[in-house]
This record gives sequence, structure tokens and C-alpha cells, in this order.
Amino acid sequence: MSLRGQAYIAGAFEHPTRKAPDKTVAQLHAECALGALADAGLTKDDVDGYFCAGDAPGMGPLAMADYMNLRLRHLDSTELGGCSYIAHVAHAAAAIAAGQCDVALITLAGRPRSEGYSGANARPVVAAAPDAAWEAPFGPVTTNIYGMCAMRHMHEFGTTSEQLAWIKVAASHHAQHNPNAMLREVVTVAEVLASPMIADPLHRLDCCVVTDGGGALIVVRPEIARSLKRPRVQVRGTGETMKGQAGGDVDLTYSGGRRSGKAAFEEAGIAPADIKYASIYDSFTITVLMQIEDLGFCAHGQGGRFVADGNLISGIGRLPFNTDGGGLCNNHPANRGGITKVIEAVRQLRGEAHPAVQVRNCDLALAHGTGGFLGSRHGSATLILERE
Amino acid sequence: MAERTLPAPPVNPESEAFYAAAAEGRFLLRRCTACGKAHWYPRALCPFCFGATEWAEATGRGVIYSFSVMRRADPPYAIAYVTLAEGPTMMTNLVDCDFDALRIGQAVVLVFKLSDGGPPVPCFRPAPPQ
Repeated sequence: MSLRGQAYIAGAFEHPTRKAPDKTVAQLHAECALGALADAGLTKDDVDGYFCAGDAPGMGPLAMADYMNLRLRHLDSTELGGCSYIAHVAHAAAAIAAGQCDVALITLAGRPRSEGYSGANARPVVAAAPDAAWEAPFGPVTTNIYGMCAMRHMHEFGTTSEQLAWIKVAASHHAQHNPNAMLREVVTVAEVLASPMIADPLHRLDCCVVTDGGGALIVVRPEIARSLKRPRVQVRGTGETMKGQAGGDVDLTYSGGRRSGKAAFEEAGIAPADIKYASIYDSFTITVLMQIEDLGFCAHGQGGRFVADGNLISGIGRLPFNTDGGGLCNNHPANRGGITKVIEAVRQLRGEAHPAVQVRNCDLALAHGTGGFLGSRHGSATLILERE
Repeated sequence: MAERTLPAPPVNPESEAFYAAAAEGRFLLRRCTACGKAHWYPRALCPFCFGATEWAEATGRGVIYSFSVMRRADPPYAIAYVTLAEGPTMMTNLVDCDFDALRIGQAVVLVFKLSDGGPPVPCFRPAPPQ
């Protein structure tokens, strides 16, 4: 069964906070839910499907569904790391198509900034994870795992730190127009290269921000979308996969985006050249560069040339990306950037992005993300959305 | 320069024979009895064909596939993927070397380093000139 046209995104909300020491994580989830429902013109009583991932406090979806006192007939806590929420939209569309729910709520929230999280520190070892016995001694943290991907890309294709820096420069050009963005200052390639080295070859400004906050989405069946007053954003193509170390056949030069992107474009019946705007997960600059290749916007190994010279800046380049400022400058709530990718794509399709970055006649948009660790094992999800 | 303390790995039924051999200075990897392929990290069932696997002695020779020096850490350390002569690529640390002189493709050899309260773990250092 194709999911094309089976569901619509009727509500989208990004929490305006970037630091919330005075709120609980559960409270942030609920505030996001309220915001997305208000955006759609629906109420809590309309929700009959709920989706969340590992950032939701408590067991799976149970604690948050109880906290919000939802009356549900469909629950899903698919955990693919930061791209979970992109996959949730597809899962919600499938559930709607199968008659399992009518109005699906997806929430994400967290407070890593208030809780002192840093991507340079080791995450707690889960002793039962099958890789722990073989990797825990070696200090795999977020930054150096992505760093190894960038090192290999540079080795094989001649990609440069200057080219990676252009991705941050483009994000900063967009963030200057977003009053909620954590970093609003426009930066230059030279400033990125002059920022401290974190994990070779990634500088501090190659890394995303750490923020508190969250977001929520409302996915509904077509009849409900037509009854609402909001512009209609159709789910047109979906794809998901994971990529790991393949038993030791490690190849760090590409991501699961190759598979999830291909599936989404096939379902949508369109090509990368048809996309007017792309939200691309930017945990690090290298994440963007590899995904642009993997989604087919340029050939494998050509990402460095593609992203240089402002090619990702709205109004200037061929592929306007992350016009909210992305994870690199705006927001990376709960260390998970998937939901903000969908939210900005919805804004673009509705014509509700900031006028300075709004893409003209934006009828087809893509939201894509990875989750987990690009260089060891990661989830990958792609969503293609169309404005009707 | 002070060396980084290596956290001890969790030892479990799939890893205990490896770490017991490591304590004797022997480096093992896992090979499939059905398809014959070696894999990493070691598993009871072959990740290529789900055949039964057994331990086999490995040479401890390899080349650097990729690496990243964690400059932000104190002391800095070099995480890496090393492609073993037997085929599989494994996560490890590069030790006993000048981090600024490391290169992808460089030949390396195994050196066991003691972990913090646990068994020796497989690290690599640049191979001596032939």
C-alpha cells in the first residue's frame, strides 16, 4: 500500500523556549501538544493516536499519554533517535490509512541544556547493548563518531573544512531572521575555521546547538484536513531504514539516506530536482553534506562542491535548506532534530516561513533526518510533503 | 603526555573468551563455520548468514580506515576504525603515537592496553618500518 495522499499534516508547533530550567520535560511535551492542536484548530479530545520516542519520560508512550490524559486507540513509540519524528509521520499515515486512528499527535521535548549535556562527553554505557563490550573502552561520543565520517569523506573525495563551513554559514544566514534562534549572528567561513577544534576535523561551529524545548505535529485523515481552515500539506512520500557497521564491512561515506530517500522519492513519484525546499538534519555540517549526496541532490562525493558558495541559502542557492536556522543555529531540542525539520517544511509549504527566507511557490518539500550515530549505527527517515 | 584511562568493557557470554585470551596476549576474532567469513564485532551467529561461528587467532595487523582525535578531551585521544588484515573493520583507539602524524591508510599493529579495573582491550599503534 502506498501512503501517498493517505494523510495530511494539519498542525505544527515549535516551542519558543531554548532554555527551560523552570519546566519539566512532561510539561514541555504537553505545551507542544497544545500548540500543535491550536495550530490545527483541533482539541485534545480529537486526538486518538499518539506517537513519541525515547525523549518522552516514563515507559514508552504510557506515561505521557496518561499525563496528557489522552483517550487513544493507537500508540507508537518507535525509537530511531533524532529522526524518529519524521518516521512517526509515516507511521501515523499508515495507521490512519488502516483505520487505526483519525488524529495523530506526535511530540518531542527535552532539557539537555539545563541538564548540562555536552556532545563531547560519553553517554552512559548500556551494558546490555551488543556493541558495548567492543566499543565502550574507546570513547565513542557524538562528536568523534561524526568526525570519523568527515575524515573519511575528506580522504576519499577531497572534501574540505571550508566546504563544510559553508553549511554553517548558510544556516546562520537563515537564523538571523528567526527571533527564537539560539544563535542569530551571521558567521563567515573564516569564523567557522577559527572556532576551537572539538573532534578532528569538526570545529565547534560545525556542531549543532544544545537547547531545551520541543515540538509537536498533528497528522490527520484527508476528510479531516479538508474540514480545517489551515493550508493542506499532504504526505506524499515516505521512507525509513537503518545503517550500521554491517558485520565489519564499514563504509562511512554514505548514510541510510540512500535507501530511505529512494523509497520516499519512488512513493512520491518525483525526483530530487522537483524539491523546492529541503529540511536536512544538521547535527553537524558533515551530516548535511552526506545526506545531500545520499538523497540524490548531487553525486556521491560531490557534496563539498554542492554546498559551497551559498548554494544552500534561500534566495541565493539552488537548494534552500533549514530556513529556520536548523540545528546548527536555531534549535536542537532534546538533542533530537527530527521534528523541527518537519515543522519548518510545513511552514515553507504553507507560506508561513519568515518572508526573508520564504521559498517562492514552495509546493514540494522534503524533510530528512538521521538518528543515533552516523558513523556507528543510525536510523534514517525521509518525508516528502506537498502543498495542495 | 598522560594516557587516557580506558573504561572497562562489559564482559558477557559473547565476549568473555575474547577478553580471557586478551589477558594472555592473544587477539581473537570470530569466523563463520558455514560461510567462512570473519566479522566484527564478535557474535554467536554470523551477521552475514546466521551460521554458527568460532574463535580464530588474528594477526593483529591492519590499516587505519578513519580516525578522529578528540581534542576537547583531557587528555586528548584518537578513536579510529581499523581494517584488519582478515577483512573486518573494527572500532578502536590509536595509541603510543603522535596524533598529528596519523594518516588514513597507515599500517598499524595491535597493542593491548589495560582497561580501568577490567581486561586488556585491543588498541593499535603505527606499525614499525619494514
